[in-house]
Parts: sequence; C-alpha cells; structure tokens
Amino acid sequence: MLEQFTFVGLLFFVAALLGTLPPALAWLLRPKKPHPRKSEPYECGMYPHGEAWVQYKAQYYIFALAFLIFEVEAVFLFPWALIYNWLPLYAVIEGVLFLLLLLGALLYVWRKGALEWV
Amino acid sequence: MDWLTRLLSFLSNAIVNIGAWLQGVLMGWGLPEPTALLVVRAVGALVVGFFPLIVVIFLIWAYRKIAARIQGRLGPNSSGTWAGPWGILQTFADAIKMIVKEDIRPQGIDPIPYNLAPMLVVFASVMLWAVIPFGPGGSLIGADLNIGIFYILAFSSAALFIFLMAGWSSNNKYATVGAFRSVAQLVGYEIPQLLAVLTVVAVAGTMKMQGIVGAQSVIFLVAMPLTAAIFYLASLAEINARPFELLEAESELVSGYFLEYSGMKFGMFYLAEFMNSVAVSAIFTTLFLGGWRGPWVDQAPILGTIWFFIKMGLVILVWMFIQITLPRLRIDQMLSFNWKFLTPLAIINLCVTVLVNKGITEAFPGGAPAWARAAILLTSQVLLALVVWGISALGGQRARRRTWQAAQISELEVAA
Repeated sequence: MLEQFTFVGLLFFVAALLGTLPPALAWLLRPKKPHPRKSEPYECGMYPHGEAWVQYKAQYYIFALAFLIFEVEAVFLFPWALIYNWLPLYAVIEGVLFLLLLLGALLYVWRKGALEWV
Repeated sequence: MDWLTRLLSFLSNAIVNIGAWLQGVLMGWGLPEPTALLVVRAVGALVVGFFPLIVVIFLIWAYRKIAARIQGRLGPNSSGTWAGPWGILQTFADAIKMIVKEDIRPQGIDPIPYNLAPMLVVFASVMLWAVIPFGPGGSLIGADLNIGIFYILAFSSAALFIFLMAGWSSNNKYATVGAFRSVAQLVGYEIPQLLAVLTVVAVAGTMKMQGIVGAQSVIFLVAMPLTAAIFYLASLAEINARPFELLEAESELVSGYFLEYSGMKFGMFYLAEFMNSVAVSAIFTTLFLGGWRGPWVDQAPILGTIWFFIKMGLVILVWMFIQITLPRLRIDQMLSFNWKFLTPLAIINLCVTVLVNKGITEAFPGGAPAWARAAILLTSQVLLALVVWGISALGGQRARRRTWQAAQISELEVAA
C-alpha cells in the first residue's frame, strides 16, 4: 500500500511540474507592454458596465442543494457496493430500499417544481 | 537464432523488462535496492505524467484534421511557412506561439485563484493517470490502489472548483455566468456517473482498476450496455464536451469561465480539456471494454498495452464524432435531461442490476458461468431500456397532445 502511494506521491511532483513549467516558461519569454485599454474586462468591445460579481439566479443554489442529498448517499453506497457479493440477500434488498427512498426524494423535489428552470 | 528468441522474449514484455534492466543498471552503480526502485518508479511517474501530454499534442492535430474532413474543409496544412507533412507540427507551432504571447490580465481580478486555476486544471488531469492500467500485472499500472475508481472520481470532481475559481476570479460577466453553470452542470452530472460506477463496482466486487479489468471475462459493455451509456453521457458532461459544453458556449458566453485568460494560461485550459477527454476514454476502456484484455495477452503482456491503446483510440474517435457533429443543448434541456431522465434511470438501473446479479449468484450455488451471468444481465438491461423508452414515449405523446389541445383552445378563443 505504501509502495503504491509512493507512486502517487511521485506523480504528484510530476503533475505539479507539468502545471507550473509552461507558465514559468511563458513568464520568462513573453513581452510586457501594458496599456490600460488592454486590461479592461472583455465585454464585446464596449466599456464594461456595472459589477461582474453579482448575485445570480437562486435556481443554481437549489440544484446544488438537491445534489447534496445524492453526494452524501455515495458515502454509504460505496462500501455497500464493495462488499455486496458477500452480503446476504436481505442486506442487498435493504440497500435497494435505501436507493428507492432516494428516488422518492428526487420525485418529491421534482413534484415541488424545484427542477424547473424559471 | 538464439538472439532472436531472446529479443522476442524481451519484447514480449518490453516495458517491465526495461524497468528491470534500469533497476539492474542502477544497482550495478552501487545504489541500494530501495533507492534503485524509487528511481525506477520516478521514471515511471515521468512516463505516466508526460504520456497524456504527448498523446494530446497529436490528438489536437488529429482532431482538427478529422473535424475539417467531416465538415468539408482542409484543416491545418501549413502554418504560414511549413509545419511538417499534413501540418503535423501545427500543435507545436501553436504551443510556441502561446508561450511567447503577452500575458493580459484584466483589472480587478482576484490574482491568486486567477493564476492558480490554469496550473491546477493541468495538475488534476495528470493525476488521474496514476490508476489507469496499461497492461496486465502490477508493473504496468502506476498504482493499483484499492480505492482505484474512487480516486478517479475524486480528482475528476476537482474540476468543478477549478472552473469556479477561474470564472469567479476573472471579474467578467461572461466568466461569472460560466462559473455558475459549472456548478449546475458538473455537480448534477456527477450523480449518474457515480451511480453507473457503483453498478460496475457492485458487479465486479472491487474498486481496484486491475480487479475491474479482471472481472470482465465478458466485457461490461456487452453485459451492461445501459450502464455504459449512462456513464459515457455523464462523463461527456463532466468533461464539458460538445452536447453539454454550456460552460464554454462559444456563441453565447464567448468562452465562459476561461474567457479572460490569454497566452499560455488559455493554452493550459485547452490542453486540460483534451487531456480529460483522453482520460475519460481510458476510464471507459477500463470499466466497460475490458481494458488490456484481448487474445494472446498471456503469451506476450506487451500485447495487452497495444489492445488497450487500440480500444482507447476507438473511444476517442467516438468522442471526436460526437464533438464534430452534435449541436449544443440549451441550459434548461441540459438540466432536465440530467435530473428528470439520467439520474432516475441510473438509480433504477443500479437497483435492477444489483438484484438481478444477486439472483444469479443465488440461483447457481456452484458459481454461475461468466457467459450466463452476462446474458442474464444483458437481458435485464435491455428490458429496462425498453420499459424506460416506452414510458418516455408515452409521456412525450401526452405532452404533445396537451400542447395541441392548448393551441386548439386558444384558437377558439381568438375566433370567439
């Protein structure tokens, strides 16, 4: 196990190298001719209008909330799926019931209209 | 002929033998064994890390050529002067150009996340390759972790934070919208992807990548086509590929979350996008196409690596055709497809597959033959797909009738 994570650690350094090398190279080679017109945020050639960091649709928040239900479920389901072959039948059915409950939660969210894009 | 047989036996397991030879050379220099092993592993990590980069450099060229051929254009054939036969060096020319481009930063950015995001996006897509099995045995995979597929899910969902960092820190409205969309899309499609992976883990009985390959004496694409389809569609959305590329959406958001990046920083997002698509192809190959399995792998393990690359190449071609030919969905269609179709389908698919598979195990006390298990699983998946198709066809008919009736009523009102 330690041997395998040694490889992951080594790859960590290679990946960090691959991530930092091109920007470092570009930093050495690129020209630097700043101009205030260049550094305006892009807005189809017009002067930027208003703030970019705005409060956006609350809809995204509801989807993120619905996602949370399912992401927590994954914590329980991965161990269950892993030892599933050695489980007795009733334990498998229990897992399926858990999944069906989740499906019920999804249907409830759907019925409440939280999945509509307004 | 003695050297010929020795050469053949060396070549038949070339990668492992080169590793052993390197270790022998290092120990000949007087290095202790653990140090020599560490150096060999470091070389392996370099190969695994640079492999996707090399593949992607040629993949970008191939993608542009194939896209041009499908769309009746020429594609890259020269870059002003000369870029090799058929423009094969075009990507190198582009890379050099990007490196010497001026770095333009918009005013009012948040500098730390802005500069960190392009580095992290490449970092995360390289880290994925640690657990991809390139061939049989323990030495042709970076690390056969016992959490293999979970490790991949962990690193691929890191993309969400990186897109959010890039989009939010850019101080640009288009980029902000791209970042918001990344939350809605990447987060949502993670669920069907996860549930499809769970189905595979349950049937294979392990999360080790080599174990999943080992469990596929009948490949899982044949045994569980519906699961494969769910996984592939969700993965396409996760890597922000064409029918689901709402984060970029060139024609509406210009290029979404990485709009304000120029030069090499833009290049790194572009690179990571291709690297992720190669990674998804490799993961699909491992989970559903039997990875390195194929004829004569027992005699010559190097063939396993070749089979793996052939299968991966085919999956990459499928990805390319989807990219080149399909239009982009609208955001409400993308969300509805996930939450109202793919996620319920993935849950029901997991339930049915798990129950059927357990039923097979109970019905054959001496252990079911692999072909029988695959045939029964295939039947259940096809039946499930037919039922779902029937229900959605009925639902669509009813919805069409309702809109037709509404149109009739409004027509009557206009007439009255």
